[in-house]
Amino acid sequence: MSKTLVQARINGEEVAFVCEPNQTLLEVLRNTLGLTGTKEGCSNGNCGACNVILDGVLVNSCLVLAVEVAGKSVTTVEGIAGPNGLHPIQQKFLEHAALQCGICTPGFIVAAKALLDHNPHPTEEEARRWLAGNLCRCTGYDKIVRAVLAAAEVLQAAPAT
Amino acid sequence: MQAFEYVAATSVTQAVSLLKERGEQARVLSGGTDLLVQLKEGRRYASLLIDIKPIPEVNELSYSPETGLRIGAAVPCFHLSNQAAIRQAYPGLIDAVALIGGVQIQGRATLGGNLSNASPAADSIPALIVHHAVCDIAGPAGRRELAVERFCTAPGKNALDVGEFLVAIRVPPPPAHFGAAYLRFIPRNEMDIAVVGAAASVTLNKQGDIILSGRIALGAVAPTPLLAEEAGAALAGRPADAEMIEQVARIAQHAARPITDMRGTAAQRKHLAYVLTRRVLEHAIERARTTT
Ligand SMILES: Cc1cc2nc3c(=O)[nH]c(=O)nc-3n(C[C@H](O)[C@H](O)[C@H](O)COP(=O)(O)OP(=O)(O)OC[C@H]3O[C@@H](n4cnc5c(N)ncnc54)[C@H](O)[C@@H]3O)c2cc1C
Ligand code: FES
Ligand code: FES
Repeated sequence: MSKTLVQARINGEEVAFVCEPNQTLLEVLRNTLGLTGTKEGCSNGNCGACNVILDGVLVNSCLVLAVEVAGKSVTTVEGIAGPNGLHPIQQKFLEHAALQCGICTPGFIVAAKALLDHNPHPTEEEARRWLAGNLCRCTGYDKIVRAVLAAAEVLQAAPAT
Repeated sequence: MQAFEYVAATSVTQAVSLLKERGEQARVLSGGTDLLVQLKEGRRYASLLIDIKPIPEVNELSYSPETGLRIGAAVPCFHLSNQAAIRQAYPGLIDAVALIGGVQIQGRATLGGNLSNASPAADSIPALIVHHAVCDIAGPAGRRELAVERFCTAPGKNALDVGEFLVAIRVPPPPAHFGAAYLRFIPRNEMDIAVVGAAASVTLNKQGDIILSGRIALGAVAPTPLLAEEAGAALAGRPADAEMIEQVARIAQHAARPITDMRGTAAQRKHLAYVLTRRVLEHAIERARTTT
């Protein structure tokens, strides 16, 4: 198979990489670009561990081909924290103990970022629905939902950049 | 994942000529939420994926009360449910679209893909049928149209010939006093495949007490999504009351010919076809009474 050169904007930086047409964005992020924050859970779209934001839309990177992101903009969990440290979502995950093993955490954080970008004042119901595509096998969803709602409050008071 | 070539098609003509040239070896890639999973699991094989997302026409989404709705085959579900005017005019369709996957799937999944994948349980298909939707198909011989209820031919198979693909779905404008609804049964609240799905649409008279016409369609009770024609015919001219709803739901139940599989037994599905038809009819009538 022919390798393809792909140029995309990843976490705000212009990046060029070479990939096979059958490589997923998830594989390229982790194995080619060393962005191992994005996790592989199921690889079939069910768990959300691989979530990234593609041109403003939350997607499962295991169900996107790397060649499909040519000319597009991708935000991974590595791109969520600002220059001054953790993003409020990440800070609240720590404060609320919203993680145990942590493998689902990057996916939840990216999904929560997309939620709050889209709807800065979600109700608990809206937050739970939005996060229904992310699975956690150890923490339980309650602490995660509390952390996301707490982050929404912080962002309301002082929007992060 | 199995190896394949990838082409980002930029025109309908290019996609058609590649599909014709490569025949069964080529597959259209839209959101990839079915196709990439199938390729990973070895349930489908392809030596060429033709990405239709870069083609401008298949990304168009337009609605006007005069001409109706046109949904390009590559428009993600997410865009559809976000539009208030569309939600208002096509409530049954939006019920179904909003159920497909979680947010991450909605961001990619398309109606064109849901329809082309031809799963008997696909949520959007019964809803498209009760909204009288039509497929706009491009192929080597030009364009043709096909009613959605005639598009699926067997589980995973559709009426597209070699070289053809779905460009858009056209949904006519709803008449006055029209309402529609879609419901499915799944064992939890989110993220599952329908055990049974049911859609209904009705057009009422001005007083809102008589049904002028209507349609019922069922999912996951036959090899393809099913237009329950007798049930639809039994709606016309009847008072919109509980007795009629009960009778029509029984007719729809009779039309269901489900199988037993890991998601449910045939007997449970028969029962669900009845219960869900009753509920969607009630809901569609209620909606028809509140529209102008
Ligand atoms: C986690 C998860 C949850 C899901 N939940 C649901 C659900 O609740 N309800 C439901 O109905 N489905 C569900 N699905 C299935 C899937 O998301 C939908 O069927 C979706 O609408 C498919 O659209 P797509 O654009 O991703 O299709 P693709 O995967 O791109 O394509 C699907 C098939 O159609 C063909 N195709 C695509 N577009 C065209 C075209 N324009 N012309 C001709 N052929 C074409 C492809 O070659 C392929 O065979 C789920 C999937 C996942 C992974
Ligand atoms: S790894 Fe992508 S959804 Fe599970
Ligand atoms: S913290 Fe372990 S899966 Fe969520």
